[in-house]
Amino acid sequence: MKYEILPWLTLFLPIFAAVFITLFTLRAKNVSSFISIVAIVAGFIMSCVFIYANGFQFSGESIRDWLSVGDFHVDFGLKLDALSMMMLLIVTGVGGAIHIYSYGYMDDDPGKARFFAELSLFTFSMLGIVLANNFIEMFIFWELVGVSSYLLIGFWFEKPSAGDAAKKAFIVNRLGDFGFMLGILMVWASHGSLNFSALQGLGIVSTIAGLLVFCGAVGKSAQFPLHVWLPDAMEGPTPVSALIHAATMVAAGVYMLCRTFYLYNADGLQVIAYIGGFTALLAALMAVQQSDIKRIIAYSTLSQLGYMVMAVGLAGPSQAMFHLTTHAFFKALLFLSAGSVIIGMHHEQDIWQMGNLRKKMPITFWTFLIGALALSGVWPFSGFFSKDSIIGQALAQHNYLLFADGVFIAALTTFYTFRLFFVVFLNQEKSDVAKHAHESPAVMTLPLVILAAFALIGGVIGIQGIYQYNFPGEGEKPANFGAALVEPFAHSPVAATLGLLAFVIGIVLAWMLYGNTSTDPLPAKLGGLAALMKNKFYFDEIYEATFIRAHDFIAAVADFIDRWIVEGLCIGLIRGGTDLTGRALRLVQTGNLQTYAFLFVLGVAVALYFVLR
Amino acid sequence: MQVGLEHYLTVSFLLFAMGMLGVIMRRNLLVIYMSLELMLNAANLALVAFSRFNNKLDGQVLVFFIITVAAAEVAVGLALIVALYRRRQSAHVEDLTSMKR
Repeated sequence: MKYEILPWLTLFLPIFAAVFITLFTLRAKNVSSFISIVAIVAGFIMSCVFIYANGFQFSGESIRDWLSVGDFHVDFGLKLDALSMMMLLIVTGVGGAIHIYSYGYMDDDPGKARFFAELSLFTFSMLGIVLANNFIEMFIFWELVGVSSYLLIGFWFEKPSAGDAAKKAFIVNRLGDFGFMLGILMVWASHGSLNFSALQGLGIVSTIAGLLVFCGAVGKSAQFPLHVWLPDAMEGPTPVSALIHAATMVAAGVYMLCRTFYLYNADGLQVIAYIGGFTALLAALMAVQQSDIKRIIAYSTLSQLGYMVMAVGLAGPSQAMFHLTTHAFFKALLFLSAGSVIIGMHHEQDIWQMGNLRKKMPITFWTFLIGALALSGVWPFSGFFSKDSIIGQALAQHNYLLFADGVFIAALTTFYTFRLFFVVFLNQEKSDVAKHAHESPAVMTLPLVILAAFALIGGVIGIQGIYQYNFPGEGEKPANFGAALVEPFAHSPVAATLGLLAFVIGIVLAWMLYGNTSTDPLPAKLGGLAALMKNKFYFDEIYEATFIRAHDFIAAVADFIDRWIVEGLCIGLIRGGTDLTGRALRLVQTGNLQTYAFLFVLGVAVALYFVLR
Repeated sequence: MQVGLEHYLTVSFLLFAMGMLGVIMRRNLLVIYMSLELMLNAANLALVAFSRFNNKLDGQVLVFFIITVAAAEVAVGLALIVALYRRRQSAHVEDLTSMKR
């Protein structure tokens, strides 16, 4: 391995930046943001150099001893192969663009320095997950990511809703992580090793263990039934939504599934595929009736994550990673464009207050359009290739249910994306704020343009081919640019054609309904179903009524036991007994000299009696 | 009548018992103090008697020590009582209950 030091530096620079900012430069917000940006951009450059020197085919580990208890050894190691190197580029590259964008977005926020410190902490944690070479290391970084996500969602902690959302995200993730931990223990129990390379040789564990490990991904990647935290997480600043809740952290679950792909047996994969497909459908339906610009994109993220998980379940990890990569580009782009709109609209997020922003914000308009087209899967945008490869995989696995599911969701995706697009950027202005909207500064539009470029070409620059170094045996993908453009039509013409057809249906419907309107016509047409979608199928309410009630009940019982049985009975008895004895013994202490003398004599007499007896 | 060890010891016991009762029952500090001396002297008497009947001088030597120490102790004790009296205007043990808090 050449330049072994570079991945280590890439990993640790952000945490140094975070610590330095927290300790020394919290007052100087521009210096802090500069340090943080330099840390991640330097990481990106070093990753590029490392990959250029070693090539994508390279696979190896850089290991330091960490802890060993008896015959149980855990390394602190970096696993470097096509999978992790590509993720390294995504995290530092997309993350870097978002860091730069944040410099503009957070400019008038008094907590800017703290924001960048937390952003750097997150970058460190995420790189740790990507580079971990064993389960323990990954789990620790996994939790660190949870912590930094908590901090960043609750960044505006003075808002109660932000604090609640942060807590919700953290607690829901705990549920998944508990399963993950049990899964790790089961893997260790059955295989005696937690090292990914060693496990790869040992292969499949039981269905239960695989599904427990999958629980971690369900939490982190917000799959049904733990999907409820992600839309609420939009309470955080928009760059956070772009970085954590679109491009990287939520992708960590999918990445982990791909990293440990060899652990799952056919039954486990079935479950994974159906959970992914179901989540994708559910979230796409919910997205149709939201009115907050960020929440719509959040539900679309849920839906796309569902696609990726479904792809893993359909035995297509390289397709999942491919979609993860293109999704990181276009979803970060969409979020940042939405952030640009929000700034231009003076922190108004309701799409029914916007309209006709095409004139006011031309750059944001074009970048958002590119993101929307990529998300909808239009040839030749990146989303088309990755989504098509997943739908094609469903077809290749002869899973026609999930195939139909995928195509239907593709139509829905186009529909809700262009609903958003038409309402926000076309039509007439629906409020005074929209009339006075303005374009964002260059520091924000530049990252948009960069991401837009990748959202445009991400599908044809051979990304899937890179992942296939890790998952060989699916047929070589062409590295040639022109061949890649038409490859889907040759590889799986049915999937490609139906995917495009879904797009056409979706956009025509969206145009008919939302092409020129200032209110949402859908509730009148769909009635109860629209209300159901708008209220997210009442998942929050159902959880409130069942799990949270049950939890509150258990807490009340525990409180009763603690308060009355432990505190009252056990502790009270001991305390009361001691107190009573003390009071009785106090009576002996009269303070009278002669009483003491008498007792003293009495004592001597008793002692003498026993001695002389 | 032959005066034997038991007679001496009886006297010593009686003296000691009187002293002890005095310490326990009398209220005036000075009287308690005198009773205390009585107990010491009861012990002295017993020591001397034992010494005489065992034909050894150890006991008598010890008695000298006790007398010396007792003299010193009286000096200190009386000084304490005087100081106490000056402070409290009383030499009665009922009034000395500041240990009971």
